[in-house]
Amino acid sequence: MIHPEIIVRVTDIAVVAESIKQFTFERVDGGSMPVFAPGAHIVVSMDDQGKLRRNPYSLMSSPSDSTSYQISVLRVVESRGGSAFMHEHVDVGDTMTISHPIDLFPLHATAKRHVLIAGGIGITPFLPMMEVLNESGQVFELHYSMRSRRRGAFLSELERRYGSRVSAEVDDEGGRLDTRKLLIDQPLGTHIYVCAPLPMIDLVFGVARELGWAEENLHREVFLAPPAGTPFYTNLAKSGTTVYVAEHQSLLESIEAAGIDVPYLCRGGACGQCETTVIDFDGQLMHHDIFLTDDENVSGTKIMPCVSRFVGASLTVEL
Amino acid sequence: MAIKSRPVYAGFNVDITAQQHVLALEGQGADALLEKLAGGHPMLERAEILYVATGSDHDAALRALGAANYWLAPTAEALRDRLSEILAHATMCTRLYVAGTEGFIGSIVQLAADFGIANASIIKEFRGSQQRRVQCVHCKGFNDNVTISPFQCVHCDLHLFVRDHFSVRLNAFQGVCINAETPDIIPPSVEMYR
Amino acid sequence: MAMIFHDETYRDDFSFHNSPESIRRYPFPFHEDSYMYAINMENHLPGKPGSSYEHPIDVDEHYVSEMRDRAIVLNEDPKRCQALPHMMAAQWDTLELLMTNKARSYPDLFTLERNGDLWHWINQPLGIDDTFVFGDQSTLPYEPMEYITRQAQGDFCIVDQRNDTLWMDAGMVTCQADWSLDFDIGMNFMEWHAPVPMAHELGIFDRALKFLMNVQQGRPVRRLNWTMTVNPRLDTSPENYHKWGPDKTTVTAQNIGSKLHLRCELQSFWRLPRSNALLFPIRQYLISLNDIATIPKWACRMHRVLTTIPDSIAEYKGFSRNRQLALDFLAPFDDGRELTLGGEPE
Repeated sequence: MIHPEIIVRVTDIAVVAESIKQFTFERVDGGSMPVFAPGAHIVVSMDDQGKLRRNPYSLMSSPSDSTSYQISVLRVVESRGGSAFMHEHVDVGDTMTISHPIDLFPLHATAKRHVLIAGGIGITPFLPMMEVLNESGQVFELHYSMRSRRRGAFLSELERRYGSRVSAEVDDEGGRLDTRKLLIDQPLGTHIYVCAPLPMIDLVFGVARELGWAEENLHREVFLAPPAGTPFYTNLAKSGTTVYVAEHQSLLESIEAAGIDVPYLCRGGACGQCETTVIDFDGQLMHHDIFLTDDENVSGTKIMPCVSRFVGASLTVEL
Repeated sequence: MAIKSRPVYAGFNVDITAQQHVLALEGQGADALLEKLAGGHPMLERAEILYVATGSDHDAALRALGAANYWLAPTAEALRDRLSEILAHATMCTRLYVAGTEGFIGSIVQLAADFGIANASIIKEFRGSQQRRVQCVHCKGFNDNVTISPFQCVHCDLHLFVRDHFSVRLNAFQGVCINAETPDIIPPSVEMYR
Repeated sequence: MAMIFHDETYRDDFSFHNSPESIRRYPFPFHEDSYMYAINMENHLPGKPGSSYEHPIDVDEHYVSEMRDRAIVLNEDPKRCQALPHMMAAQWDTLELLMTNKARSYPDLFTLERNGDLWHWINQPLGIDDTFVFGDQSTLPYEPMEYITRQAQGDFCIVDQRNDTLWMDAGMVTCQADWSLDFDIGMNFMEWHAPVPMAHELGIFDRALKFLMNVQQGRPVRRLNWTMTVNPRLDTSPENYHKWGPDKTTVTAQNIGSKLHLRCELQSFWRLPRSNALLFPIRQYLISLNDIATIPKWACRMHRVLTTIPDSIAEYKGFSRNRQLALDFLAPFDDGRELTLGGEPE
């Protein structure tokens, strides 16, 4: 087993905002949850009518609380099934399997100041971050963009706890994050962290770069949902087998379903861990990740099976 | 062969996106800027140039660039003090440049680190003497302007060779005893770093 | 079986010695007849009972004496233990990891009672019984990393992960193979490996860095590294090279069996939970050529390895001066037979 897993029981489910449910997990064996660093996520395995789904969710509970973990899940309308499964099929008392914490979005230890920028459900990793920053007396501010207050999970709690360090930009009240104004006079040593849909990350990073910010100070967390697409077959050269990738399944999931372990961390096209060599193909690789460079995409020698797909006659990868 | 721990001095490429440019120049390091901006450059309107001559004479040429601010520092120490004041009020939209000897560049990198500026984000160009600043790994004393190897540590008198290993934090190469295994044999010194 | 700790020295009269059981559990690093740099990482899973891999953090018969030698080094040179200010969370992570592992693996020797943040630690072999508040450094006699690594064999580095690389930002380094924490602290992965010959060109470090940055919590990994040392000396630091370097000239055909030691490093890599830093214990095991010669397979294999190793690696590992003497000593054990793969005695 590449990924050590923890068996948990769902001990609480709460609706924390419109379309957002919060799940609390405790270990079935009664032990403590591993301590985690703020920004970490877990991968939740779901048995969806015999189909294995694995989705990453940021941990949002207190890092100092080892009795339970909490995540929040936004019901995505165009969901392939992951968020719909969590919303509709998971009940209090259910047993689920989660991974150990994985931190691909850590706080920068030498930063002088932290500017946290959340879009919608992207608020979750910032909850433990703010707790740790607050406790250690570090300087931070949160800018939280949301469609409406009804969808702004945890906003009032954060405002109560952190006061003027929290500002909300609410779409339907005409609020909008003025990125340029925010970034133009941040003092040296400031780091920005963005967890939001990709277009918002691109916007913030784009403005930062236009203003001359150093790349070293820009950090982002993004989990791309594997897009649906036309079903296709993939030959696995080393394993000597062929897998079928259904419309609402990722290539990674179909390989796992065949009993083949592939290393992964983010399952969202960002970290590069599941990078796989393409041996041969006749058709078109549909790259949906943000890890591979444009040159690598054009070369047709690599694919990220967690989010990318294929259209055409045949595809053979090295696994 | 490149020394992996030694900083890479990629040369002066202007970061046109920066809202403010702060340039620290030492001696012949001024040429790095003058050669690049011979025909003038819009960045100068937003540039603050600090220069310490250390024997070179670029004052007039630098002044003639017409930067938003220009200051001829009497000593490197004074330059660093002024730079600290500037950085204390600078924003993330600032780009720092440094050109001169390795020791000078290292001192600016260290100073900038205190303000949270990542080493990799500083634009650097190496100009001037190749002489090395060397820390004796045995007594921890620093030897400035080393041009030969082996040399005798001014603090503990051990004969040291200069290992190709550079510490940004200490701004120094590592000096290691050359005759530990052969106490009676000290190879002749060779001029290596002019 | 209760562990009996040796009373022995790693300097002056060098009374260090291995018991026969200690020889058999030695993590012999040569798994085949030649040696070349490799990342050679494997999961740090429990090994056979009695082996050096049985427990994640190994404690052996040399524990008490090694800790005494560490105290001597720190007394002479406190800079062997340093941590940059942003590493405090990682220091507590390290303390927790070492205490919980030792207490779990060796309940007869170490006890940890946790009552919320109030921790009670008993280290029976060293006669330590302390109560402290986890997270409050004023309740310990040293900073947390120094406190616990004065009670743990081997060197320890804590590396921070940021900007797509690793940074050597804290460590306890008193028994190192010729590298200086005081010089290297604050360096990134490529910088601190700068003096290693050949491996950069082979792309070893690019791959190793990528691998290490993906080490995950709950899934430590390990590898073996090695050098050769004259006399069973733990402190082969560059700081004291002018003191131990002359030892290399004292090796003769008559004394090489007891003088020349293989020094194997069992390096493990752990993702730390609070800080997201990596803990990098470098546990060294010394064994004399005489002791190696008690295991025919090892003596035979070592002869083959030392025969084929490139000069630059022999130089870097510090035995080019005594290589021929070592080959002469080992040659009688190499009868040309085929050896099994792996480092097991046979």
